[in-house]
Amino acid sequence: MTDSAGNGTEHGPLLVADEVTLQYKTTNHLVTATWKVSFEVHRGDRYVLLGPSGCGKSSLLKSIAGFLPPVSGAFHLAGQPIERPGSDRMMVFQEFDQLLPWKTVLGNVMFPLLVNRRMARTAAREQARKVIAKVNLGAFEDVYPHMLSGGMKQRVAIARALAMEPAVLLMDEPFAALDALTRRKMQEELVALWDDVGFTVIFVTHSIDEALLIGNRILVMSPHPGQVKAELNAGHLGFADLGTQPFELLSRRIHGLLFSDQIETALTSEAHHG
Amino acid sequence: MDDRTVRPLPPLRPERQFAPETMGTIGDVARPLTFIERLINMTLVRRLAVIAVLAAAWEIYARILDNPLLFPSLSDTLAAFWDSAAHGVLIDRTLTSLRVLGMGYAIGLVAAGVFTTLAVSTRVGTDFLSTLTAMFNPLPAIALLPLALLWFGLGAFSIVFVIVHSVLWAVALNTHSGFLSVSPTLRMAGQNCGLTGLSYVTRLLVPAAFPSILTGLKIGWAFAWRTLIAAELVFGASSRSGGLGWFIFENRNQLETANVFAGLLTVILIGLFVESVIFRAIENATVRRWGMQS
Repeated sequence: MTDSAGNGTEHGPLLVADEVTLQYKTTNHLVTATWKVSFEVHRGDRYVLLGPSGCGKSSLLKSIAGFLPPVSGAFHLAGQPIERPGSDRMMVFQEFDQLLPWKTVLGNVMFPLLVNRRMARTAAREQARKVIAKVNLGAFEDVYPHMLSGGMKQRVAIARALAMEPAVLLMDEPFAALDALTRRKMQEELVALWDDVGFTVIFVTHSIDEALLIGNRILVMSPHPGQVKAELNAGHLGFADLGTQPFELLSRRIHGLLFSDQIETALTSEAHHG
Repeated sequence: MDDRTVRPLPPLRPERQFAPETMGTIGDVARPLTFIERLINMTLVRRLAVIAVLAAAWEIYARILDNPLLFPSLSDTLAAFWDSAAHGVLIDRTLTSLRVLGMGYAIGLVAAGVFTTLAVSTRVGTDFLSTLTAMFNPLPAIALLPLALLWFGLGAFSIVFVIVHSVLWAVALNTHSGFLSVSPTLRMAGQNCGLTGLSYVTRLLVPAAFPSILTGLKIGWAFAWRTLIAAELVFGASSRSGGLGWFIFENRNQLETANVFAGLLTVILIGLFVESVIFRAIENATVRRWGMQS
């Protein structure tokens, strides 16, 4: 894997999270999702937020997207504070219903281009066709989303996001709802696409394997509230390394980081009950 | 512990691997349906069959009863229908009714659109709409007619007023609940694509809630049509030209029962046409095509 686009050091980090604390309200509780989380994402990064459920990784991503303003701390994208949703941070969700059912594949990919008046209709169509071809859906341009499989829907969502050429692509467990075989295929395609296009992506997952395969840098988080546990490099590992010793070692190390946490929580809850 | 040693293991069997077999020897992978099967699958054919049975029952019963003053036969009704349509005032009356209906329906839709847009934009708007629909939706529009007559006089405007009332709440209620049921993911995806304010409503919420909106439009149409006929029955002709309700009322007074049936038949036919042609066409072009409704 070549790190051709990873020349971020020249310009400094692209996205900075500075002691971000996130809280949200449920009907009965005020939940602290993350506590003083800091990290830096550079241009060309495949940055993975990894952790068990409840570690606030999805909340972090939603906050970067501008849907959940931090209680304290801030995100800066290319020096500018993030305050509201914007198409410079296109997001791919886990759920398949993120596509507009009343628009064809082509219409969906063109939609943000037209809404933001990024280009004229003909130019937008050109751009959309180009990206749709890149995710191998050229034959399905005029098909409505309900006729596509789950994997194809996620590819359309990725195409829609990439067509906008966002500063950073946000992916919230985009392959979690797919079957295992499709998921592996989509992971390979995503990395190949990154090789081809060279975007910056922040990828949320709870799968250690997926983090190692996709990420070049992994932020390991602990739950309740989400805090940074470690930040590791995995750029040297790819699909060819599956099952090899370095892969297994790093996998086990992360497993240890996450698992030690479970013992801690188990112990504390035992202490509380006992 | 000793039990474990006694428990029998499944037998060890050889592994198996096959090359795929050609289907020809087994049977058809897919077979086209026969003509009869396809015919029965067509909704229109089945509906027509139901209508044919009902029509036959009507004709037979009327002939047995043999009392055209109380219950004219289907053939008498059709003859009267044809007669009033070709030489009489039926078409004129129908057009008058439809004109009033169209006006009331259009005003009702615009008002519902304004109300629901306000309701999704502000919390006060939501409370306003919820309270108003809770109050006025159960109130039959026709109950407002005496008041409308008092306020606006014996004119078409009074009927338009009650039709607006019958359309507005049904459409507003369904549209609003449709807006509320748009999935959070789709909402975020829309905002992520750059939709804000009015464009968020028109380009995301309205199409996403279209199945509910369409239901509201249908209910509103049915309410409006019923209210209109009822209102015309109550106070008859507005200015010089009456509507369908007036046609029915007039003929009942003259004991032209076949004509009364012809008027009712027209009401039914127009209802059927709007429901199964116009609304069906809208459904086919939108929610069915988008896979939001089967």
